[in-house]
Amino acid sequence: MSQQQISFEERMAHSEFRVHERAHIVVDGKVCAECSTTECVTACPANLFVPTAAGGIVFNYEQCFECGTCYLVCNKEGAISWSYPEGGHGIVFQRT
Amino acid sequence: MSTDFDAIVVGAGPAGSCAAIVLARAGKRVALIERGPFAGSKNMYGGVVYPRILDELIPNWWEEAPIQRWVTRRSTMLLTDTQALTIDFRSQNWGAPPYNGATAYRPDFDAWLADHAVAAGAVLVTSTTVTGLIRHTNGAVTGVHTDRPDGDLTAPIVIACDGVNSFLAKEAGLYPDVDADNYTLGVKETISLPKETIDERFAVTDREGVDIEILGGTNGVNGGGFVYTQLDTVAVGVVLKLSKLAAQKTRPEQILAKLKAHPAIAPLIKGGEIKEYSAHVIPEAGYEMMPKLTADGLMVAGDAAAMCLAAGIWLEGVNFAMASGMYAGEAAVEAIESGNCNASGLAGYRKRLENTFVLQDHKKLRHAPHLVLSDRVQHLYPQMVANLVERMFTVDNPKPKPGIRRILKQERKRAGVKLSDLARDGWTGFRSFG
Repeated sequence: MSQQQISFEERMAHSEFRVHERAHIVVDGKVCAECSTTECVTACPANLFVPTAAGGIVFNYEQCFECGTCYLVCNKEGAISWSYPEGGHGIVFQRT
Repeated sequence: MSTDFDAIVVGAGPAGSCAAIVLARAGKRVALIERGPFAGSKNMYGGVVYPRILDELIPNWWEEAPIQRWVTRRSTMLLTDTQALTIDFRSQNWGAPPYNGATAYRPDFDAWLADHAVAAGAVLVTSTTVTGLIRHTNGAVTGVHTDRPDGDLTAPIVIACDGVNSFLAKEAGLYPDVDADNYTLGVKETISLPKETIDERFAVTDREGVDIEILGGTNGVNGGGFVYTQLDTVAVGVVLKLSKLAAQKTRPEQILAKLKAHPAIAPLIKGGEIKEYSAHVIPEAGYEMMPKLTADGLMVAGDAAAMCLAAGIWLEGVNFAMASGMYAGEAAVEAIESGNCNASGLAGYRKRLENTFVLQDHKKLRHAPHLVLSDRVQHLYPQMVANLVERMFTVDNPKPKPGIRRILKQERKRAGVKLSDLARDGWTGFRSFG
C-alpha cells in the first residue's frame, strides 16, 4: 500500500506515547453539547475529539502531541481544560 | 534568604539550554527542568536550524552538532492545484565551514545543546513538569512548583522557556489575551528513503541538503508547506492557520495527504515509508503577539515569548530561541550579581534583544506574518502569477506572442486582484523585506 493512503491508526502507530493514568485533557460535556462548530474535531492533529450521535464529544488523551491546538481553537469558555502530562509521560519524538 | 538555585530555567529546548549554559559558565547554580524524558523529546519543527549565533557559545559547533544535512539548495515554491513555480537557489558555500542552515532532528539537536549546559555545570532535571510559579507576597517570582513529591524549587530568577503554550508566562499575566489567529499548526511526516534515492531526487551529494518552502498546496487553508531532506528521510509538512483550519472541515492529515499527492511533490517521496508523524503549534504572529518579556524574578524566552519568525521568505525560530535564551542568561547573571532580580534588574534582557537581530528583525518584519498569511497572498496572487507564467511559456501558434504587460493586466483582472490592493501589499512587503 502506498504511504499516501495509510489509515489514521497506521499513521499514529509510529509515534511513541508514554501514557500516564491521569488524563491531562478534561472536556466538559455539558459545554460541548451546546457547541455546533466543533473546531476541535477538525483541527486536532491526533484526531482525539470525536462527535457522538447524541451531539456530544468523546475524547481520549492517550495519543496527544501536546500541541495545544484544541484549547486554542475552542470557542466555548471552559469546555477544554488542558495541562501538560506528568513529567516523563506523553509524546516522545524520535532520536536517530 | 537561601535558595535552592541562583536561577531556574524551565524547558530544555534551544532557549533554555542556552540560558543555562551562560549561567553555569558564570559560576551560577542553575537548574534546567525538562518535562520530557530527555531534552528535545517534546520538540519538532518545520525544518531548518541556523546556528550562527552559537559561534559565541560553542566555537566550531559544526564539528560536533548532530546535523543531518547542510542546506545547499533552498527553493521557494508556489503551488496551485495544477501548477508549480519554483525559485531554486544553490550555493556550495553553504556546504562548507562555517556553514549556514542545516537539517537536524530536534530530539538530537536539543539533547546535544542540553549536554553542553550539563558540561558547564547546570543541573538537568528531566521527566519533571513544572506546574506553577512560586511567588512572594509582593508578587515576585521566587521559584516553581513541580510534579515531583516535595518538588518545589526556589531561586531569585526563573527563566520560562516552556514553549509556545507557556503556561508560566500566562500565569504571570504576561500574555494579555490569547488569540487563535496568532497561531498556526504544523503537521509533518518523516518519510524513510534510501540516502542514494534522496541524493538523486533532490540533486545533492554527501551531506548536502535541500529546503523547499511552499506557498499554496494547503487546500485553501491559509498557511504553507515544506519539504526538506535528512540523511535517509524526507520531511513533508504543512503549516495551517488555526482559525482558518478550524473553520473548514478538512483535517490536517488530509491536507497534508493532498500536498503529498501534488504532481510536484509526489515523485520526491514515492515509495517512502512513514517513520514518524508529528505536530506542534507555532507562535506565527511574531512581534505583534509578543508578551511582556520580564516581571519581577521572571524572564520569558524562545517560543514562550513568541520569538519564532514566520516572515515568508525567512522562516526561523531555533536561532531566535537560542539567542533570546543566551541574552536572558546574561541578564540573569547581571541581575544576580547586582542583587536586583526585579523587573528593573532584569532590564538588560530586553536591551540585549533590542540591540541584536532578535528584536530588530522582529520589529522590522512585524507586518510580514500577517501579509504572508493574508487571503490575497494566500489565494489570489499565487493563481495570478502561475497563470501569468503559464501563458508566457505557452506557445499559442499561429497566434503571435502576447506582451507580458497585457497578460499581467488580464490575469490580474481574472484573479480579481485590485490594483489598489496590489499596491498596498507591495508597499507592505517592500517596507518589511526591503
